[in-house]
Amino acid sequence: MSTIYILWLRQVKKYFRARSRIVGALGQPLLFMLAFGFGFGQVFRQAGQGDYIQFLGPGIIMMSVLFAAVFSGIDLIWDRQFGFLKETMIAPVPRWQIMLGKTLGGATVASFQGLIVFLMALVIGFRFHDPLMLPLGALFVFLVAVIFTSFGVAIASRIEDMQGFQLIMNFLVMPLFFLSGALFPLQGLPAAMEVVTRVNPVSYGVDGLRGALIDSSVFGIATDLLVMVVLAVVLLAIGSYLFEKIQA
Amino acid sequence: MASGAIVTVTGLFKKFKDFAAVDDITFSVERGEIFAFLGPNGAGKSTTIKMLTTLLQPTGGEITVDGNDPANRKDAVRKSFGIVFQDPSLDDDLTGLENMRYHAILYKVPKDIRDERTAELLKFVELWERRHSLVKTFSGGMKRRLEIARGLLHHPKILFLDEPTLGLDPQTRNHIWNYIKDINRQEGMTVFFTTHYMDEAEKIAERIAIIDHGKIIAIGSPHDLVARTNTTSLEEAFIALTGSTIREQEVSSLDRMREMGRMWRRQR
Repeated sequence: MSTIYILWLRQVKKYFRARSRIVGALGQPLLFMLAFGFGFGQVFRQAGQGDYIQFLGPGIIMMSVLFAAVFSGIDLIWDRQFGFLKETMIAPVPRWQIMLGKTLGGATVASFQGLIVFLMALVIGFRFHDPLMLPLGALFVFLVAVIFTSFGVAIASRIEDMQGFQLIMNFLVMPLFFLSGALFPLQGLPAAMEVVTRVNPVSYGVDGLRGALIDSSVFGIATDLLVMVVLAVVLLAIGSYLFEKIQA
Repeated sequence: MASGAIVTVTGLFKKFKDFAAVDDITFSVERGEIFAFLGPNGAGKSTTIKMLTTLLQPTGGEITVDGNDPANRKDAVRKSFGIVFQDPSLDDDLTGLENMRYHAILYKVPKDIRDERTAELLKFVELWERRHSLVKTFSGGMKRRLEIARGLLHHPKILFLDEPTLGLDPQTRNHIWNYIKDINRQEGMTVFFTTHYMDEAEKIAERIAIIDHGKIIAIGSPHDLVARTNTTSLEEAFIALTGSTIREQEVSSLDRMREMGRMWRRQR
């Protein structure tokens, strides 16, 4: 328990110490919300889809959580690079505890990032429908954060340098976001897109958050929740397995 | 093997693809001894230390560290040693005190002992006043001292030091060795170190093993080695034993990445 806690604490402390990075990471979601939200707002309304800011809010929250989570998982590469990983690897504690602590820490940080974007969205004009549903929304955020922090840890366990990281961002994380229904409705898509968006786990996270915040869900909140929980468990297991295999 | 040995290595072998990094070495280190492991670049020093400290799995041979096999009883072995790596292994974004605390928790040092021992060690390496500063503001020598303090925090029976004084000025080197000798004397802690500074090995080590091309080519006290090679200093003895060819070390992707990391840090 204390191992998991100290790994978690380290992750959280480091996050709050890097203030410039927190602010920097908020620029992109803000830009997306302003440019897309107000830029496409008219088109969206004329197409009979309602208020685009309402629709977009949960999508952008999940975007920032997704990126922050992958980042905080993948920062394992830096630990390896600056040698700190060795200190952790020779400690007389099971590696899965190290992985779990790091992942929960990263997921906490990513969720917090999501919370800030949520507050930003409120300022811009986003309105949630029921305060009692907020804890459920937070749960979806945390699950997505756990899934993608584990994903980041798993990737970082296998690649040795930052070049590989760029590849992952461009060919995996960006598509996961853009093809998730974060920006557009999932109904009435071309068949290929329909398939892609339905196998994309981020779709279920975004859909679940929309269900919780604006009471609009395509798959149903129960399905979303089930998919997220199962994936969180699976990715934690894969992440731990690959983490165990690291040769320092 | 002698009954007083804390480290025994028998027929140890490590192969990377078809290259034998460590090729059938046998030696032992006595409890309480200061033992130096010398050799040119790429001779197999760090590979051996990695196998002794559970970081690498040997291809063949037997090792015991404080009576346990690092391959099977990893945690028992891990508790018994402290290590200062060749490359820095501190978290630069945490303070000195936080780095110590992190270590203490991973090694399950009880809380009351932890605080007392941390204070004692940080005062000992003269970093107590700076304990709340982030490690990234420390000089190279301060970082090394902190790593040594951290390595000692869980009362290891043996301390591994892989080129602990690399890149430090003579004052700091002297300082660091004084701490280590003190602890060796006071607590009977075994010290196993590698270095490229022959004067250091000659002054500090009680026994020295010289390794080259993965094999131990000589072992004995500094005095022995000098006498055996008919030379006047350990440096000459070392060159007489290992030849004067310069060894090229391949740059690994990890080294390249460290270089990139340093550049990246500077830009921030």
